[in-house]
Amino acid sequence: MSEAVPALSPEQMRSLLQTMYRIRAFEEKVDELFMRGEVHGTTHLSIGEEATAAGALQALRPDDYITSTHRGHGHCISKGADLKLMMAELLGKETGYCRGRGGSMHIADVASGNLGANGVVGGGIPIATGVGLSIKMQGLDRVCLCFFGDGAANEGTFHESLNLASIWDLPVIFLCENNQYGMSMAVRKAMRCETIAQRAVAYGIPGERVDGNDVFAVYEAVSRAAARARSGQGPTLIEAVTYRYKGHSKSDQNRYRTRDEIRAWQERDPIKRLTAYLREHSLMTQEEIEREEAAAYQAIEEAYQFALASPEPDPDSLLEGVYA
Amino acid sequence: MSGPSSLPTTVAAGTPQQAEAAQSQVQEMTYAEAIREALREEMRRDPRVFLMGEDIGIYGGAFGVTYGLIDEFGEERVRDTPISEAALAGCAIGAALTGMRPVAEFQFSDFMAIGMDQIVNQGAKLRFMFGGKAQVPVVFRAPLGSGTGAAAQHSQSLEAWFAHVPGLKVVLPSTPADVKGLLLSAIRDPNPVIFLEHKLLYRYKGPVPRGEWTIPIGQAEVKRPGKDLTIIALSIMVPRALAVAARLAEEGIEAEVVDPRTLRPLDEETLIASARKTGRVLIVHEAVLTGGFGGEIAARIASSEAFYYLDAPILRLGGAETPIPYNRTLERRATPQEEDIYQAARRLLQRRPL
Ligand SMILES: Cc1ncc(C[n+]2csc(CCOP(=O)(O)OP(=O)(O)O)c2C)c(N)n1
Ligand SMILES: [Mg+2]
Repeated sequence: MSEAVPALSPEQMRSLLQTMYRIRAFEEKVDELFMRGEVHGTTHLSIGEEATAAGALQALRPDDYITSTHRGHGHCISKGADLKLMMAELLGKETGYCRGRGGSMHIADVASGNLGANGVVGGGIPIATGVGLSIKMQGLDRVCLCFFGDGAANEGTFHESLNLASIWDLPVIFLCENNQYGMSMAVRKAMRCETIAQRAVAYGIPGERVDGNDVFAVYEAVSRAAARARSGQGPTLIEAVTYRYKGHSKSDQNRYRTRDEIRAWQERDPIKRLTAYLREHSLMTQEEIEREEAAAYQAIEEAYQFALASPEPDPDSLLEGVYA
Repeated sequence: MSGPSSLPTTVAAGTPQQAEAAQSQVQEMTYAEAIREALREEMRRDPRVFLMGEDIGIYGGAFGVTYGLIDEFGEERVRDTPISEAALAGCAIGAALTGMRPVAEFQFSDFMAIGMDQIVNQGAKLRFMFGGKAQVPVVFRAPLGSGTGAAAQHSQSLEAWFAHVPGLKVVLPSTPADVKGLLLSAIRDPNPVIFLEHKLLYRYKGPVPRGEWTIPIGQAEVKRPGKDLTIIALSIMVPRALAVAARLAEEGIEAEVVDPRTLRPLDEETLIASARKTGRVLIVHEAVLTGGFGGEIAARIASSEAFYYLDAPILRLGGAETPIPYNRTLERRATPQEEDIYQAARRLLQRRPL
């Protein structure tokens, strides 16, 4: 973990732990539901990447915006989503955030500033840029945090959007979750640059690389970028280096990496690192930590029960929501 | 403009004084000027409205449509973008999703292909995917069509692509009055609207009502009434069809010219009613015939009760199955010209009643 004492209160740290446990418990439940065939379609789990989502959102205010990705459950939970409505969405229920129309890949809660996961790699980056423009033109004291993957950093939208946000000084934080792979394509094969952060130079904006499994480091980097954005100095590119333990999606056979590699990253597990810190600094006892963990699994179970008991959408409502 | 105009009835009706007052509020202007007037009026009325696009500021846009707007509204609201169509489309969508009313201009509608993911997979679907809990009030304006020698990558008519996508509205105005009235409606519409302007129409002149003047999206218009055959024409084909109708009139044939104006949603009632009335239907558009929107219109008519009133098979006239060529002669050959429409109408009239 970062050596410097983070500018977070003990309550905020506990809240970070709660969020990270919730993400993990949610993802494990989704994994299980997929195996059992209770959820259909596809899903992308973010187990191992919890610190990036939780740390980033801790640095923002409730009225700030985010755009998310196909691997977006963690972003959604960190933004404060209601687990019940999330789970209902994954089960395709009418009570879900998107009335069952979106599912895992399109989950959104526009009212709370979550402008949606995205099924198109790099698809959210121009949208986040437009949100930044909207904020700026309306003179609002908000920022837009744009999540995207290392793979998305090779889409044209990445380049076009960073340039646009830069020349217009838009309050956007471009947060690349570099989990080492775009599906099976290793970052080192997908680009010649050493880091994704260094691409910021090309757009004349700051670029920063942080340990994405260190929740405090992510929090601090995003806090700095948010302060910059709020003071009218424009966008920042942050590269959070992390790792996903599970396959890319449910069909992944893990042929492109080794067990040893996965194990090595599990040694640097973001939740383990946070709990170790909390214990070492006597901020939480082992017992309190375990209680937090159990509460998260309990909350997910309740969310699942809510989703199970929820009604399916009425087939006659098929055409609703196409037009305003 | 011939035939019944789209002008408010006050122009024709009422006391002479009223008529005079209304008349003074109507001004002759070009299609391009009518667009500019709509943009200006809406930007004055609604501070959320802003423009973005390539070279739309000082330069005034590739076709001069936004010329001068930057002087009144400044570069914040008349926003030049880099050559980044995906970002242009996505940025407009993001701004619309969060409270603004962007009008994004593509320099040529062909380049919408670069922004297609944002338009089709994002803008058109966000509201639906979000369970109806979002709005994307954005307008994508773009010039379409051939006739300027701009060749294959700057001349296409791709309206059918967009009309195929639920979540989008697709508008192709054919007169200065229509372009103003429909653009005001498009900007105020809470949905993404694809607004396609034919390059050759920009210089067409016609009377345009000043001030508040809207035409509902999804309303076709009979541009000229007739009883012998119906010509359903899109965009630039409307003035061509009207010219043909005038020529046919000299020969004692009364052609009815109908302009759908909006493809999605389509006002099929008006089209079906006309087909039923005349019993003969010719559909004309510049877009390539295969997969062109005329097929959809023909199908709607053929599967309606108008079928029983048809005296001849529905005839479609569209662009040749080729990219638009550079050569002037070939370019003209590639799309329906007045003479082609006239000949097609004649052929349709010759067919024996069933
Ligand atoms: C435009 C596009 N191309 C390809 C895909 C298929 N696809 C889905 S996720 C993915 C990998 C994305 O990698 P990255 O951006 O690093 O995100 P990660 O999955 O690692 O979180 C691919 C290739 C897609 N959804 N969209
Ligand atoms: Mg990745």
